[in-house]
Amino acid sequence: MQGHSLATAAFALLSRDLRLAFRRRGEALSPILFLLMVATLFPLGLSPDPEQLAAIAPGVIWVAALLSSLLALNQMFHADLRDGTLEQLIISPWPLPVMALVKVLAHWIISGLPLTVVAPVLGLGYGLDGATVKIMFWSLLLGTPTLSFIGAIGVALSVGLHRGGMFLALLVLPLFVPVLIFATAGISASAEGFAVGSHLYLLGALLALAVSTAPFAIAAGLRISIS
Amino acid sequence: MLRVESLSFQRGQVPILEKVSLELEAGEVLMVRGENGCGKTTLIRLLAGLIPAQPDFKVFLDDQPYHPQQVQTRLQFMYLGHALGIKDELTCLENLEFIARFLGGRSDISPLGSLQSCGLDGYQYTQARRLSAGQRKRLSLARFLLCPARIWLLDEPYSNLDAEGLTLVDRLLQKHINEGGGALITSHGTFIPQVTNHREMILEVA
Repeated sequence: MQGHSLATAAFALLSRDLRLAFRRRGEALSPILFLLMVATLFPLGLSPDPEQLAAIAPGVIWVAALLSSLLALNQMFHADLRDGTLEQLIISPWPLPVMALVKVLAHWIISGLPLTVVAPVLGLGYGLDGATVKIMFWSLLLGTPTLSFIGAIGVALSVGLHRGGMFLALLVLPLFVPVLIFATAGISASAEGFAVGSHLYLLGALLALAVSTAPFAIAAGLRISIS
Repeated sequence: MLRVESLSFQRGQVPILEKVSLELEAGEVLMVRGENGCGKTTLIRLLAGLIPAQPDFKVFLDDQPYHPQQVQTRLQFMYLGHALGIKDELTCLENLEFIARFLGGRSDISPLGSLQSCGLDGYQYTQARRLSAGQRKRLSLARFLLCPARIWLLDEPYSNLDAEGLTLVDRLLQKHINEGGGALITSHGTFIPQVTNHREMILEVA
């Protein structure tokens, strides 16, 4: 294996996962459709009053984004377990935490990145001002990868179980809460004209914590699930 | 090359393997035979490191302790399980190109070459889900030509294959042992591998 490096392997895995997502476009699009449906139905169900909409926008959009990334988690390791590629990944010569990091990154590009791009547009529709929409974008950019990492730990632990879906939700939703609180508080603070730096820094800190520790937990969970 | 000394394994209180010893020499195929549920798959998965070893795991590779979780050991073997490790939505060629890029393939054979060697010529742009069960097995076997591992751990390599597929497995095994590799394979049937150097052992239900 001369001249072969971890980076080549990681890139091969990333591009394979992205290609697979492209081949299964329908499945990959469902979380974003879910977000659009929820965000469209709220104004119909409550009231179209612009002030009220602007007030609920951060919460509604972030909760919808959070549930939609929970929905997307089901795509993460299940197919790999079924077709045996997960086993091959585990026994490959590469460190599993690094490969887990790559899998989560691919998953975020497929599910989290579209949310990050689309949700602020929905925020404009809810009547948020430009500066607040910008904060919403940053909060999603820092928050959704954290959701992917936390979610991946849950999926890694529950992937071998029959009907692991409920267990997964129970396991990860409480851990999603801090992200939700800091993100929506930041957006609301921006809408009311307060400084938002601290909220975004906290989201960034959560992300740093997730990136540096979650891959090890994911790797351990996958090893347990496979045996 | 690979030596297993009195390996036992329990799942909960249930013994799966009881004091199994075997030795695999370089350049030979060792066929582990036994009825369903005698622990053939467990044995192979233990050696592949897919099941965590229990404390009395005494396995040696070239007289050094064998730790399937370590990188240096993992470079030495390849594994074929019941799940074949191929992606349905990718074409045959894409599947093998991924393996070659991910594991670092051999320089003497290309993904396309290995596909042709395994009788899948003309299927390179076919998505793997359109293949029959036997063809999928061939595709999974083509992985083994791409990588320079010395030890092949094959769980039921002969199942699902037609007569030509069976000779394909024999051909791959023969090439592998000619190059000084060893292969541990399982079967619940009576099929005898047609290779120059092959031994058998029977695994009893624990």
